[in-house]
Amino acid sequence: MADLSINFAGIQSPNPFWIGSGPPGNSAHQCHRAFEAGWGGVVWKTIGEAIVNQSSRYSALQLNGQRMVGFNNIELISDRSPEANFKEIREVKDRWPDRVIIASLMVESREQWHEFIKRSEDAGADGIECNFGCPHGMCERGMGSAVGQNPDVIKVIAEWCKEVAEIPVIIKLTPNITDIAQPGRAAAAGGADAISLINTVNSITQVNLDTFCPEPYVDGQSSHGGYCGAAVKPIALNMVERIANDPDINLPVSGIGGINTWRDAAEFIALGSTSVQVCTAVMQKGFRIVADMAEGLSDYMDSKGMKSLEELRGRALPNIQKWENLNLNYARIASIDYEKCIGCNLCHIACEDGAHQCIDLVHPDTLGVDEGPGRLPGKSIPKVRDVDCVGCNLCSVVCPVDDCITMVEIDTGKDRMSWSEYQAAMAAGDMEPIPPHP
Amino acid sequence: MSNLKPNLSKEEARAAMAELKPAFSKQEALTEANRCLYCYDAPCIMACPTGIDIPGFIKKIATDNIKGSARTILTSNILGNSCARVCPTKVLCEGACVLEDREKDPIDIGRLQRYSTDAVLQSGEQVVEVSPVKSGRRVALIGAGPASLGCAAELVRRGHEAVIFEKKEQPGGLNTYGIAYYKMKPEVSLAEIEMIKKLGVEIRCGVEVGKEISVAELREEFDAVFLGIGLGDGRKLKIPGEDLPEVSDAIDFIEEIHTQPLEKVKVGKNVVVIGCGNTAIDAVSQAKRLGAENATILYRRSEKEMSAYRFEYALAKSERCEFLFNVSPVEIRETNGHVSSVTMVKTDHKAKPVEGSEITIECDQVIMALGQMKMQKMLAGWFPELKFGPAGNIETNPETQQTSVPSVYAGGDAANGGAEVVNAVAEGKRAALHLHSIFGGEEAQPPVQTTRYGMESPRGSGFTNPVRVVG
Repeated sequence: MADLSINFAGIQSPNPFWIGSGPPGNSAHQCHRAFEAGWGGVVWKTIGEAIVNQSSRYSALQLNGQRMVGFNNIELISDRSPEANFKEIREVKDRWPDRVIIASLMVESREQWHEFIKRSEDAGADGIECNFGCPHGMCERGMGSAVGQNPDVIKVIAEWCKEVAEIPVIIKLTPNITDIAQPGRAAAAGGADAISLINTVNSITQVNLDTFCPEPYVDGQSSHGGYCGAAVKPIALNMVERIANDPDINLPVSGIGGINTWRDAAEFIALGSTSVQVCTAVMQKGFRIVADMAEGLSDYMDSKGMKSLEELRGRALPNIQKWENLNLNYARIASIDYEKCIGCNLCHIACEDGAHQCIDLVHPDTLGVDEGPGRLPGKSIPKVRDVDCVGCNLCSVVCPVDDCITMVEIDTGKDRMSWSEYQAAMAAGDMEPIPPHP
Repeated sequence: MSNLKPNLSKEEARAAMAELKPAFSKQEALTEANRCLYCYDAPCIMACPTGIDIPGFIKKIATDNIKGSARTILTSNILGNSCARVCPTKVLCEGACVLEDREKDPIDIGRLQRYSTDAVLQSGEQVVEVSPVKSGRRVALIGAGPASLGCAAELVRRGHEAVIFEKKEQPGGLNTYGIAYYKMKPEVSLAEIEMIKKLGVEIRCGVEVGKEISVAELREEFDAVFLGIGLGDGRKLKIPGEDLPEVSDAIDFIEEIHTQPLEKVKVGKNVVVIGCGNTAIDAVSQAKRLGAENATILYRRSEKEMSAYRFEYALAKSERCEFLFNVSPVEIRETNGHVSSVTMVKTDHKAKPVEGSEITIECDQVIMALGQMKMQKMLAGWFPELKFGPAGNIETNPETQQTSVPSVYAGGDAANGGAEVVNAVAEGKRAALHLHSIFGGEEAQPPVQTTRYGMESPRGSGFTNPVRVVG
């Protein structure tokens, strides 16, 4: 069994799986349950001055019958008192000394930051996470994402925190910004010990077409919420990579956003995360999901001969390049396995209407292929016109059968050449422009 | 006078005859609809005799466009609600589904079709469009079964007048009177016909052509005549005892189930059904459900040769109906004027009797399911120049459903010799589309997906070009 333990900015954790700051980490009761289930850490639901919440608070995106593909909330930070929260942090830490508790904080003044950091340390927290991310409610009062969207303010508050903190200071970033590297660099410049991202994305999940009020419904009205869940994973992976690959930041990253499975977690780690935080998936399925995440990640690492997560962390980072560095002379084309093709013709219609018109429907006799699974005798089947296929992947993405359409690399007989190299070669007069696609 | 009695109480009978496939809940329908791959040039469309855009209507269920889904179904097949229940989907659309082989679990197209059509039939919304332009052309349709209903609805939708003449009390033909009760109750068929009447189709029930109105009058009054008269009386074996009071034809037995409360239907304790087609299976299954202790099919050929669908056979076996193959009844015996047993001989592989192989089984009811006779004689009396096929069915042009008599069309069992409801609807619709072109309308194309290649493939051809036959 692979070693899943991590060292996150000096914080030891038995595994990389932490509960992300939110409803699942709002009480000692929940943290006990999380740790019993096997979570390595909990980022406590954000503690701050007393707030009052709305009813109702959550809504979800459903897609093709799948519930909670995306999730949205207008809930604020913890509505419990700081006293209660710090007291319970102490209680949980005493019972689970080998697990990690991070106090997520959101306050306004320098004095308050100093006070809340001191109280976190007194309660036994292993670190603090500055919530500069929540895009609803608190940002209207100058906190949350209002901070995260202003790199100068991030730097100042990070400095305030570092003036007193004896435990690591993690800055949690909002994705509701054009260039995530800017707040990341500000956090680093302010002396932060680590970065966590992403917080939720500004959202309205749906409009009720009878009442014309979006969900969550509050007395005939609603508000912009924060979007999370599986649907935001691609956005989160992109931003995690941007932070992890930025030479001016160089801080440990705690990856957050749509993590549901061990595979999601492994992808975040391969893009540079040290720990990963999970919240929405637990809200949907409970703390028990961590058993599968730990087992799956460990088995995966074993299958790759990886002894520790250090061997996985950042493995994909060198493979993310600027577009201009990619090889223009590489080519792959779609190949259909007629032993597997069920004749649904979704590849044909996708290519025909949505891409590059290079999959024809032909009579199976013209291909000399036998009847396949689910195909009727004489029923038209798709055929790739190899010379016209641009290798876009669309057909293999829409194909409902595993491994039926594979993208096969073809030898173009040309040396590697990137866009930059192409531009340079043309400027030097070494080559003619590539003719446009017909 | 038969000495059979009802076996079950009202509650027992209802429970025994409960629907085999109950309606989908909304969540079930959504889950199933989302399983559909939305194939392009989909094989299920090819397999449906009426060419319903099946992936299209299923996608509309998935998007909660239920009215649109029902519109897609009903514009292709006006009896889409009953076909959803009575179609042998396993050998039609579902048999052609690409998921049949992959997951051994094709999309439950029948129940999805029922889901959206039930919704509009219950709400009473008229989702099928009727042309506001009227041609003034009138067509008389004889017999209010699925073929005439399919034809009349299509005619009315395209602006022509359609009047159906039906000798029975209620319209619908076998769709109302002859479907196994656990597949569809007669009320479903009648509600669907109400919807068709709302489109503007006129149905005159209790009017027998040849008695209350003559064929000559019809030809005089109408521009064309459509023959949707179905088939005639059940065939007989011509063996002793066939006239005993407890001997009946399967069609009549099933009609009894549909014309009185279930708890009043008289069924024997030991029922013998002779024949092994789909009607025989319907009869034996319903007899068993209505309280027969033993319900046995006698068939003079082997298990392999029976014409019943394999899934119907499996259903009857699961209900503990019994099957005796390679036996040929020679006499129905009586005691005090009532059925007491059937004597039969074994048959060889050519269905020829084997001498000295007599067997007798006790029974108190015998149901004949040997198929129905053609009504060639009556038809020849109506139209002396009408041509018939070798099996006695009305000869029709397969493209247009025209008979050999000018402006006389035919469809359904009378023309195809006996097929499914959906085939009858398809033939009626085909006749209507041809009449429409004759009446000066445009040539109509069935509403299906178009493809570069696919236009050459048989679409909406169903049994004419059979798809894979499953179980």
